[in-house]
Amino acid sequence: MLSAIWETEGLQTVGIVMLVFASIKLLHLLGLISFSEDSVEDELELSTVRHRPEGLEQLEAQTRFSRKELQILYRGFKNECPSGVVNEETFKVIYAQFFPQGDASTYAHFLFNAFDTDHNGSVSFEDFVMGLSILLRGSIQEKLNWAFNLYDINKDGYITKEEMLDIMKAIYDMMGKCTYPALREEAPQQHVEVFFQKMDKNKDGVVTIDEFIDCCQNDENIMRSMHLFENVL
Amino acid sequence: MAGGVAAWLPFARAAAIGWMPVANLPMPVAPTEKNKRQDELIILNVSGRRFETWRNTLDRYPDTLLGSSEKEFFYNEETKEYFFDRDPDVFRSVLNFYRTGKLHFPRYECISSYDEELAFFGIISEIIGDCCYEEYKDRKRENAERLMDDQEDNKDAKLPNMTFRETMWRAFENPHTSTMALVFYYVTGFFIAISVITNVVETVPCGSSPNQKEVPCGERYTVAFFCMDTACVMIFTVEYLMRLYAAPNRYRFMRSVMSIIDVVAILPYYIGLVMTDNEDVSGAFVTLRVFRVFRIFKFSRHSQGLRILGYTLKSCASELGFLLFSLTMAIIIFATVMFYAEKGSSSSKFTSIPASFWYTIVTMTTLGYGDMVPKTIAGKIFGSICSLSGVLVIALPVPVIVSNFSRIYHQNQRADKRRAQKVQKARLARIRIAKTGTSNAFLHSKRNGLFNEALEFTQLPYKMNLSDQSSTEEEQRLKSTSLLESQHHHLLHCLEKTTNHEFVDEQYYQQSYLEAGLQNYSSRSPSLSSQDGVTGTCCTRRSKKHHTPLPNASAPAHLQPLTHTHTHHQGLQELSTIHIHPLSTSRSSLNMRVDGPASLNCQSNQITTAIISIPTPPVTTPDGDLSHQNVVKVSAL
Repeated sequence: MLSAIWETEGLQTVGIVMLVFASIKLLHLLGLISFSEDSVEDELELSTVRHRPEGLEQLEAQTRFSRKELQILYRGFKNECPSGVVNEETFKVIYAQFFPQGDASTYAHFLFNAFDTDHNGSVSFEDFVMGLSILLRGSIQEKLNWAFNLYDINKDGYITKEEMLDIMKAIYDMMGKCTYPALREEAPQQHVEVFFQKMDKNKDGVVTIDEFIDCCQNDENIMRSMHLFENVL
Repeated sequence: MAGGVAAWLPFARAAAIGWMPVANLPMPVAPTEKNKRQDELIILNVSGRRFETWRNTLDRYPDTLLGSSEKEFFYNEETKEYFFDRDPDVFRSVLNFYRTGKLHFPRYECISSYDEELAFFGIISEIIGDCCYEEYKDRKRENAERLMDDQEDNKDAKLPNMTFRETMWRAFENPHTSTMALVFYYVTGFFIAISVITNVVETVPCGSSPNQKEVPCGERYTVAFFCMDTACVMIFTVEYLMRLYAAPNRYRFMRSVMSIIDVVAILPYYIGLVMTDNEDVSGAFVTLRVFRVFRIFKFSRHSQGLRILGYTLKSCASELGFLLFSLTMAIIIFATVMFYAEKGSSSSKFTSIPASFWYTIVTMTTLGYGDMVPKTIAGKIFGSICSLSGVLVIALPVPVIVSNFSRIYHQNQRADKRRAQKVQKARLARIRIAKTGTSNAFLHSKRNGLFNEALEFTQLPYKMNLSDQSSTEEEQRLKSTSLLESQHHHLLHCLEKTTNHEFVDEQYYQQSYLEAGLQNYSSRSPSLSSQDGVTGTCCTRRSKKHHTPLPNASAPAHLQPLTHTHTHHQGLQELSTIHIHPLSTSRSSLNMRVDGPASLNCQSNQITTAIISIPTPPVTTPDGDLSHQNVVKVSAL
């Protein structure tokens, strides 16, 4: 009799095992569970981003570059980013190549936000060229405007000490570790203090655009250095 | 700097405007593009096939043939193109390197011709991109081995003065070098075969006397077999001793596999000689006879294939291990399942799980002896699953082992994977050096370039003259840094000015870090910190910046003033120190700089004047020494 019981039990085992497998397969079919880690991502469609810029004539009209300069710029741009747009990662990688000793990623992040005027997460050729047009061919007012925009991280029209500290730290990060004299922790903070002493006329703790432009226009060092890169390109 | 991002340098420089409002120092002058040309197309004629590219593209890598002035040697005046009498197919890869910044190695290309082209165009092979680097290294290694094998074949020529010992060793290792060696080779082979056959035949039952049961031949003709054994062992012993004598490194020979096999082959005989007719150990003695079969491994000296097989098994150890492990897992699982499935049936052979192991192994390897069969339905179902999965589990690692064997067999000798690892490390080290090379290039050119700046700003007329002459070596050094590099360095210089710190290299940083620790308690700063200029002129800025003493001063020299500040509390020396940047400029250039005080003040902020006000006479001497030292140092540079 024992053998009979065992025999049926054996069959029952088989039945249970098969049932378990079948249910697992059903759940997998319904997509509730996945066996491989990246199967979920397979379902997402990879949309290839491609962007074609506006025509040369329009860009010529909107920026202060000549036709030839636009051609040179576009060739360089497209060489590095064949898809026509730069996303933040690529931007950081490119910018970091110029500063091998330090960490340029934070500053590149701020730069990216400054160039990405429509805040869609990528810099197209138009954004790129507009930004460059201001920086290289713009009036002093426009350049200062651009710089203010860069410093004002949350774009509320005021530069606070915290924002300035972030920017300063990002700049000092680009220097890296091996500097002379050795970089101290308080160096960015001190620099920010100096900056605010200079710029914040009414001592209210923030720098507005007018204070900024006023002060920069009265400083001959800054004025002179604004003209420094005019013959780039 | 990678050539690919050279196109973004204008952008990076333009973005530097973002630092300007923050900086407190004036910025250095931007390098001007003298004789700025419109970007032009260059035609490169390589054996008739014309390639065209922009001049800027080629200028990205100034230390290669195409990027430097070396290509002018190949310029053809009549056709206005650069003609190279080289392979156009490989040139495609070379030109693509300039365009994309990545060097690729085409698979169909011969490795040595590719190397030659790279050497011709001045491109180092380390920068081959990761996508092609493995392939390149493999092919290179194969080629090197092939060349090595060819060399080894030529090495068999007999050297004139070889001692008897060396001759013997060579005879043993390469039997085909002399007839004696060949004879010896065949004789030993013959005796190995004899010995193995003897061992086998010993156990065959041969002939029986009517009153006794079958006896193996070994017991019937004991003496004959014993003589045979003795003869073989004697030959083997003699051979082993001769090899031992001839070996150049006896210790290493004794540790090698073949010699161990030799020893194991002859040892049982001697042990047997020693322990004859001892009842207690006769059992062990019988076991020892088993080891006589190892004589068959002596054949591996005679057969290349056997050696390779052994080597393959050794190199596939991980795959074999995996096979064993997975088999063990499967066996245990299936044995357990079969045991519980068959538990119910009466007179079941599956008495325990270990007993089921035998069934599982036999089934999984598809042997199927049939001495154990499941009787229940569940058992049969699981048994069939077991046999199906057995085929799969065994079939998986086998192709790996087979391909390994064939690969090794075809190449006949394989460099260690360890050597490849070392090369990988070397490559990474080289890439790291190239990266630091960028920053070092900046530091280096900074020292050389200061001369350029000082001239450029104040002494324009002088510079005009210089540019006409191009005689001094500084001027030539100027020319050698490409425009791209000088623009990049200018950008880094602007960053330095913005943050008021300078880039230095590793060792200098370590050095100054140590020194900073030494003079932490110097109390100079109070008097000078009042000069905390705001956006002051350069001079006050300078004095604030440099608190540290001479970096080049030896330790005792600047420990002296420290002790003095300690003891003489009044009147700190207004030692706005000399910071002498480790310049390698010539003395003449420095004199020129010192001559123009205006230029000195505002442009070269690396050199400051030493203002030493010495309060008390007793202090004078050491301070005088120091100042004297300082002065000496200035002029010595």
